[in-house]
Amino acid sequence: MATKQQTFGDLLWRRIVIWVPYTWLLLFFLVPFAIVFKISFSDPIVAQPPFTALFDHTQNLLNRFQGTLNNYLFLLDDNLYWVSYLRSIKIASISTVLCLLLGYPMAYYIAQSPPTRRNILLMLIILPFWTSFLLRVYAWMGILSTNGIINSALLWIGIIDEPLQMLYTNFAVYIGIVYTYLPFMILPLYANLERLDLDLHDAAADLGAKPLQVFWDIILPISLPGIVAGSLLVFIPAMGEFVIPSLLGGLDSLMIGRTLYDEFFVNRDWPLASAVATILLLILVLPIMLFQRMQVSGRSSD
Amino acid sequence: MKRQSTALLSMLCFGFAFLYIPIFLLIAYSFNDSRLISVWGGFSTRWYSALFANEQIIDAALLSLQVAVVSATVATIFGTLAGLALTRMGKFRGRLFFTGIVAAPLVMPEVITGLSLLLLFVSLQELIGWPATRGVTTITIAHITFSMAYVTVIVQSRMLSMDRSLEEAGMDLGGRPFQVFLDITLPIISPAMISGWLLAFTISLDDLVIASFVSGAGSNTLPMVIFSKVKLGVTPDINALATLIILAVSIGVAVAGWIMLRQNRSLS
Amino acid sequence: MVDSKNNFATTPDPQAFVQIQSLSKDFDEFKAVDQVNLDIRKGELFAILGGSGCGKSTLLRMLAGLETPTSGRIIVDGDDITDWPAYDRPINMMFQSYALFPHMTVEKNIAYGLRKQGIERSEIDRRVQRMLELVQLGGFAKRKPNRLSGGEKQRVALARALIKNPKLLLLDEPLAALDKKLREQTQFELMNLQDELGITFIVVTHDQEEAMTLATRIAVMKEGQFVQTGTPAQIYEYPKNRFVANFIGTINIFDATVVELDDSGLTAKLDHSEILMKAHTDSAASTGDKVGIAVRPEKISISKQLPMGENITTAKGVVLDLAYYGNYSIYRVKTESGLMVQVSAQNRQRSSEHVVEWDDEVYLSWEQGSSIVLLE
Repeated sequence: MATKQQTFGDLLWRRIVIWVPYTWLLLFFLVPFAIVFKISFSDPIVAQPPFTALFDHTQNLLNRFQGTLNNYLFLLDDNLYWVSYLRSIKIASISTVLCLLLGYPMAYYIAQSPPTRRNILLMLIILPFWTSFLLRVYAWMGILSTNGIINSALLWIGIIDEPLQMLYTNFAVYIGIVYTYLPFMILPLYANLERLDLDLHDAAADLGAKPLQVFWDIILPISLPGIVAGSLLVFIPAMGEFVIPSLLGGLDSLMIGRTLYDEFFVNRDWPLASAVATILLLILVLPIMLFQRMQVSGRSSD
Repeated sequence: MKRQSTALLSMLCFGFAFLYIPIFLLIAYSFNDSRLISVWGGFSTRWYSALFANEQIIDAALLSLQVAVVSATVATIFGTLAGLALTRMGKFRGRLFFTGIVAAPLVMPEVITGLSLLLLFVSLQELIGWPATRGVTTITIAHITFSMAYVTVIVQSRMLSMDRSLEEAGMDLGGRPFQVFLDITLPIISPAMISGWLLAFTISLDDLVIASFVSGAGSNTLPMVIFSKVKLGVTPDINALATLIILAVSIGVAVAGWIMLRQNRSLS
Repeated sequence: MVDSKNNFATTPDPQAFVQIQSLSKDFDEFKAVDQVNLDIRKGELFAILGGSGCGKSTLLRMLAGLETPTSGRIIVDGDDITDWPAYDRPINMMFQSYALFPHMTVEKNIAYGLRKQGIERSEIDRRVQRMLELVQLGGFAKRKPNRLSGGEKQRVALARALIKNPKLLLLDEPLAALDKKLREQTQFELMNLQDELGITFIVVTHDQEEAMTLATRIAVMKEGQFVQTGTPAQIYEYPKNRFVANFIGTINIFDATVVELDDSGLTAKLDHSEILMKAHTDSAASTGDKVGIAVRPEKISISKQLPMGENITTAKGVVLDLAYYGNYSIYRVKTESGLMVQVSAQNRQRSSEHVVEWDDEVYLSWEQGSSIVLLE
């Protein structure tokens, strides 16, 4: 009687498929976080690298941990940091709401268009995303600056006598974030609204609901998953945004991403920067997990 | 109803104007002879000549392209493997955890990713002496790590929408797992892999923050050079550079769209 | 007459070509396939019939090697193939979706199995050509699947599964994706092909009509187990229980209690009425048992006159519904005792005097031998 089993080669392929990407992610994604966490408990020194070793291998196990909470205490003490965190939350939240207000009608209109036009409109939404993000933010510097196109136009019409200070303000940061992350809001919203049955509309209207009521009672609840997904996709990266506040923002637009960057590159205080990153991650753990759960449940319902 | 859709349409137009006017202005500025943005000094291509004479920018562009091609290619391979692992390999130890960390780089703030990778490279250097210097290698590794998440998501969704019985039929007819992958899965998911590669390539070309963290002295990517120049204000040769990038992207998207349309038509 | 051959045979049939022995598949807590035994002879066209979720597809996938059994053995032509991977089994499958490779031409699709065997190029071409002719697709060799009709796709899928000359061909709902007219035609093609090639076929289907016409034997499956196995006629005429009786065709089932047993069968009194029914039975029933008495609609005659005869059951009623199908009609009759009975009758006469109409008072009658006693 012949016996045939899976050969070594067939099992090898399975191992490669699973373990190559897994190992890579463990090594270059997970281990780095552990290191950040570890270094956030050490003291800065003037050396290369500029922090004290966390484990002294000459000591016994109990005395090995050389960690210090100094970095975290310092973060609490100096209001530069928690003001940065709060400002980041505020700017990211307001930008998310603005993206939603502008993105929802756009997504709704696209979802209701006939299929051929729908694809063109969608492509137009995605297209800017493929061009350099940095250069698109930079474009706004030319538009918003004191001798930029808006000020020139307003001066020429005569509405203002003095150029308005728009660049290097929070206003410019909001514009930059909304501009950059708008497609991230529109796409999940569209995916949700596209599935919306247009008959629901007519059915509700038939039952005597006014358009606004139809929206409020029917469409909004149905599109809620899209709203949450889009908002998370805007809020999470906006929280740690570095480029936009650096190019468009002023002194009062210091967000936590910039604070971390400066702590690292300017002050060269790596342990403190690690502590800043750890706290930022803690703030974002909840929204990130929410996003991941939505991803998983969205998959299984398809 | 009528009034409602007019309102919606105007919102849409406003939204598109908001998205596109800055891009068109950038193109217009690049042909402005004057250094000042408020003054139209006449049509000129002198900023393009200035751009091509700027060795710093050309070197940085070459470095960025090199990193982008290598990292996009590796990220496409790893991301496709990860997509396969999540959709075709059934249960394996640590699957749930794998699902978690595969998509996490998508939403991780760049400052955190950049900082953590740099600290890893520094620690590795201490421990095993590698990487000896930070530059092309470290930037490429960093870019592979966060762009493979995008490839994974794209490939994964293609695999989920693909009829599983195609691969089962391949096995049933005598194809071994790896042969079935080459003969059947790969040709069918190749459009998704191309999208993934293009996305990974773009993301790599575009990245400023992570590259700033993990690059050493002397290796500056294009975004790093652009950033250091524009921090000081508007510079016309960057407008010219932006115009060239927009042109390249438009052509790339048009060609890719055309290829994918043809592919989809023959596969549906 | 009742299918007395043991359906849950544990002693193997010496002639069995395919042997399935206590095969089970659990998905976590759920038993998709539960201790199934089956012997199939060489050249049979065997159908596994059941509703969705009954485990029939899982059973088929285990035979193909696409699903690993939790326990049990599968033996084909003397080889225990339970642990063989799908790609080493001498079994091929035609998938419900056909699973034609979209990026390959018809020719390449059909050749795939031979190419993986490492057969010589010219030999492959020759066999593909012959197979294309067999399924009447001679002119389609260079086409891609997206340019084929449903019927053509089905034939490509069949050709692709047959080209390796498998010992066993599995067909998962082979006709489900075709429209009604094409289905009938394809059904006969499939039977002829099977006859010609002599390959053992196992068909999985939810369509009882398909199973009845195609198969030499049928297994009715429910909740992971075989409820009854037999020829189409055995299953139709002698269903073992209410599930099979209801699943195959239409049937009237009356709840009754056994009142008398004699040599020719039993007499049962219908619940909630005074009607006594005579039925033929081999099964062990005793007086006082609750049973179901089942009669197929076509076994009942309907007339305006009181019928006469030995060993018949009669009931009087009123026609509530009538559906005219041309060659036959279906009547729903409410008897005096309030039972609803469905009757189908051939329309042999064209004259109107014998025609039964709505609200007519009619007599229903059937022979004792037409009744089936259902114990469960």
